[in-house]
Amino acid sequence: MRLLTHNMLSCNVKGVTNGFPLIIQADKVLEKPAELNHDFLRNMFYKVDWKALVDAAKSMGYSELPESAEASMLESLDFLNRFHHALMELHLEEGALICPETGRKFPVDKGIPNMLLHEDEV
Amino acid sequence: MASRPELLAPPEIFYDDTEARKYTSSSRIIDIQSKLSERALELLALPDDGIPRLLLDIGCGSGLSGETLSENGHVWIGLDISQSMLNVALEREVEGDLLLGDMGQGLGLRSGVLDGAISISAVQWLCNADKSSHEPRLRLKAFFGSLYRCLARGARAVFQVYPENIAQRELILSSAMRAGFAGGVVVDYPHSSKSRKEYLVLTCGPPSLSTSVPNGKGEDGENSTDESSGDEENQTVSISDRHRPRKKQKVNKKGKGREWVMKKKEQMRKKGNVVPPDSKYTARKRKSRF
Ligand SMILES: C[S@@+](CC[C@H](N)C(=O)[O-])C[C@H]1O[C@@H](n2cnc3c(N)ncnc32)[C@H](O)[C@@H]1O
Repeated sequence: MRLLTHNMLSCNVKGVTNGFPLIIQADKVLEKPAELNHDFLRNMFYKVDWKALVDAAKSMGYSELPESAEASMLESLDFLNRFHHALMELHLEEGALICPETGRKFPVDKGIPNMLLHEDEV
Repeated sequence: MASRPELLAPPEIFYDDTEARKYTSSSRIIDIQSKLSERALELLALPDDGIPRLLLDIGCGSGLSGETLSENGHVWIGLDISQSMLNVALEREVEGDLLLGDMGQGLGLRSGVLDGAISISAVQWLCNADKSSHEPRLRLKAFFGSLYRCLARGARAVFQVYPENIAQRELILSSAMRAGFAGGVVVDYPHSSKSRKEYLVLTCGPPSLSTSVPNGKGEDGENSTDESSGDEENQTVSISDRHRPRKKQKVNKKGKGREWVMKKKEQMRKKGNVVPPDSKYTARKRKSRF
């Protein structure tokens, strides 16, 4: 799972009001090269929660993102490269996602988070 | 299809390792699913600017539908309830990220982030109660409510579905409308029992030009009773109004039916044409000796 997906996911358990961002427990991280697309990154920039991305990248061992970002930075190729790497190339392969409010753990196995809820969580 | 898989077992049981493999190694299935996905993507009507979009594939299975999204340059996230299907997707090294999850529990995604969603041959599963705790209405509500929330305003969701009967189609459609979606059903090849395919085309946000339901394919073989009907107008069986009784919507072989004639007349009026007033005789069937 890429951090792109992590940035979109939130805990869906009944009663949880702030299930985002899920805390990452990274047991195994993979880097898979992906083609950089400027337009896509530009569009995504407005959807991504930057702080969540910075923290997620750090928990995956990548701390090359600026703490805060603004649209003007999209002009910089260096910035785009880092943004792209964090968003599209870092994969959480094994570990877990943890709800920031309840501590509920969603295991990640072979890159796939198990987001299935128990009956009493629906 | 001899029997409907939905009636045999819950999806996470039905799509076990054996079935997942069988499903994905059938060239016939691969061919059908990719055609359905192409059509769904077309109905999504994304801007034609070559920019990759972020899409959700609901009930992505082994990634046959997602592959079509990748081939068209889009970035996708796939959700499925069957670990076996997702395992095959991993083996096939699909490009999308995969989530193990149950759409009937609602989507755990942030608001407004998706540029679109597709679902190929999956949503009808929601109409079954596979566990005593399952209430199809509530599961559909959770699903559509959350989908509406996580789509960007104006974004579309297109589902190719195999409803078991009219009641199921109505159930799915009315759940979507109640969640706030605008749209309706597009039927391709309505007169062929084999190639007939249904797509729910839903738009997130208030009705506008972009929420009008596009046309179905392959109604050309039909004898039109109305010369003035343009190509682009007589092809879709659209049921965007859930209160309309289904029966009257059917375009039957004998003629277009009252519903259709009334719609046509309304359209002509809007264009400023002089149209006879409606009466109880409007579109009434004539005896054959007439
Ligand atoms: C006929 S397969 C289609 C798979 C894929 N979309 C394709 O075109 O090949 C239907 C899929 O829907 C999934 N499905 C059924 N119910 C589901 C649910 N409640 N949540 C998520 N996925 C579900 C099944 O596990 C199965 O993989």
